[in-house]
Amino acid sequence: MNAQATDAHHDSDHDHHGPAPGLMRWVTTTNHKDIGTLYLWFSLIMFFIGGLMALVIRSELFQPGLQLVDPHFFNQMTTMHALVMIFGVVMPAFVGLANWMLPMMIGAPDMALPRMNNWSFWILPFGFAMMLSTLLMEGGGPAAGWTLYPPLSLQTGDAFPFLIFSIHLLGVSSIMGAINIVATIMNLRAPGMTFMKMPLFVWTWFITAYLLIAVMPVLAGAVTMLLTDKFFGTSFFDAAGGGDPVMFQHIFWFFGHPEVYILILPSFGLVSEIIPTFSRKRLFGYSSMVYATASIAFLSFIVWAHHMFTVGMPLAGEIFFMFTTMLIAVPTGVKVFNWVSTMWRGAMTFETPMLFALGFVVMFTIGGFSGLMLAMTPIDFQYHDTYFVVAHFHYVLVPGAIYGIIGGVYYWLPKWTGNMYSESLGKMHFWLSTIFVNVLFFPMHFVGLAGMPRRIPDYSVQFADFNQIATIGAFGFGFSQILLLVLVVKCIRGGEKATDQVWEGAEGLEWTVSSPAPYHTFSPQPVIK
Amino acid sequence: MKKQISTRHLFIIPIAMFGFGYLMVPIYDVFCDLTGLNGKTGSISEAQAQVISVDENRLIKVEFISSLNQGAEWEFAPVVKSMMVNPGRSYSTSYTAVNQLDMEMVGQAIPSVSPGKAASYFNKTECFCFNQQKFAANEEKDMPLTFVVDPELPDDISTVTLSYTFFDVNSRIN
Repeated sequence: MNAQATDAHHDSDHDHHGPAPGLMRWVTTTNHKDIGTLYLWFSLIMFFIGGLMALVIRSELFQPGLQLVDPHFFNQMTTMHALVMIFGVVMPAFVGLANWMLPMMIGAPDMALPRMNNWSFWILPFGFAMMLSTLLMEGGGPAAGWTLYPPLSLQTGDAFPFLIFSIHLLGVSSIMGAINIVATIMNLRAPGMTFMKMPLFVWTWFITAYLLIAVMPVLAGAVTMLLTDKFFGTSFFDAAGGGDPVMFQHIFWFFGHPEVYILILPSFGLVSEIIPTFSRKRLFGYSSMVYATASIAFLSFIVWAHHMFTVGMPLAGEIFFMFTTMLIAVPTGVKVFNWVSTMWRGAMTFETPMLFALGFVVMFTIGGFSGLMLAMTPIDFQYHDTYFVVAHFHYVLVPGAIYGIIGGVYYWLPKWTGNMYSESLGKMHFWLSTIFVNVLFFPMHFVGLAGMPRRIPDYSVQFADFNQIATIGAFGFGFSQILLLVLVVKCIRGGEKATDQVWEGAEGLEWTVSSPAPYHTFSPQPVIK
Repeated sequence: MKKQISTRHLFIIPIAMFGFGYLMVPIYDVFCDLTGLNGKTGSISEAQAQVISVDENRLIKVEFISSLNQGAEWEFAPVVKSMMVNPGRSYSTSYTAVNQLDMEMVGQAIPSVSPGKAASYFNKTECFCFNQQKFAANEEKDMPLTFVVDPELPDDISTVTLSYTFFDVNSRIN
């Protein structure tokens, strides 16, 4: 490695290794920035597809009774909405941001395994084409919920094997993506970029990648058992053959709980990048942030049965899983307090990325509190499978994970395109989203506490008012996202030129390269003092 | 060179974890045996049942219930709904099943005991659930069951419910 420091202007000299012309550039690319772009566009498209499914659900729930879709199709929508949003939106968006930014943040020229990188992206469109095509098949798409509990999921029609193989493909894709990220962080850090100097987005992704590598294969195993139960006469989950359907839930949630942290940890990292920049202060408690992230990741492996309190478990088990779950509030609280302390007496400004980060801190914490309520076993018996659960996980995923992603996109968009986005449009996007996301999800707490069950297309009339409000919020939130698309397209087309540093308070290697970031960065690696 | 080694190591983790997913199946079985989770009942031999001392001072109510799995075309019911038993003594009762179809059918009954804590104290010396049951067309069958409730059964349990679910296993055999 060349130990010579490079400054921003030196980088642009490498521009002559530009991208190949034509569409084949995107198919054959091994460039981390191209692949990051592909991931992000894919994620945005899937965001609208999954959002449309959510609107079908909310339209049906606008009034009690069955109006628009038949119950079987409703179940397909709830199932596919979840699968699309988890595997098609949040995870690819994180991998896309990691691809784009991670090498630039640690001073690496590219990802460690560029060809595998290309492969792990291009599996995704095929996996999702297969998964979405099940909606057109005889017997409809999967309708047993994204958790795929047997024996219900085994009653899926022709779609079943396609569903299983598409989950296999998505798993392979994310495992390869994760291995690539770990290999990059371990091997390609610039000289002087020690582990404890890495930006927090890099740290959170490093830990997330290990979670992915550890649990995606468990999901692959669980769905393979479903497949062999249905077609090859095994009885892993079939009581008649000596199996046990409850075992599926244990295996599934052993994957499922770390998975929900996979969906949030990188957003923690994004927020930890954004808040210091716009507070013009260094992140408060850097090392405690790192240890908190690692503790959350560790705890995620020993809490899974809190999803199954009502399934039946010895009292000792319920107590163990209750307390380990509540323990997670400690490292999470450390993070929230660190973000608040970072802002304390900072010279704060409120550009769009900062607004989304602040929205994240406030609304993710609301979701965290309802999570604590759900963690308590006796209380969970009332809340289990009600809209309260729906409200809880949508608060941590939409104004949590998704806000982190959108904040990250606004934060780095000038670096990607070289142009400033429209701040007024961005602010409008934030305020509309934030108002409507609360109109959408907050009433769900109330109907949930009052006993409205989830995943049912009809409900008692006393829930009608809150459901109408939620549906109005859903359409408002959904259409507000068109602003994001408009804003991104406008920003790519042109706009005020961004400086290299873009934001006054921004620190980190990615801000030392020119804007837009050249096709190849850091070929001689920088030295960090 | 260093890079290739560490990357290869990384691929071992997902392969091992895929195996771990399958390893959870036997782990779960052992765990259920130890805790009685999911009402998996115990079974002992007749000889073992003879040597257990009878607790004459305690009476436990044992209830019998039955259910059919979706698509199973049988009539299936216990002969008695409940009985009072002394822990340690061996009792016999039976279930009856009628094949309602005009063809040969094979069924399998799966037991479950509630409360789950009692499951490991509920021991069967003879049970129709040990084997698959073959029925001729429209055949009615009396299916015997012999059990012993372990005197060690925790004091706070006074009622034990034994439930059988009858499964149609023809497709599994064909």
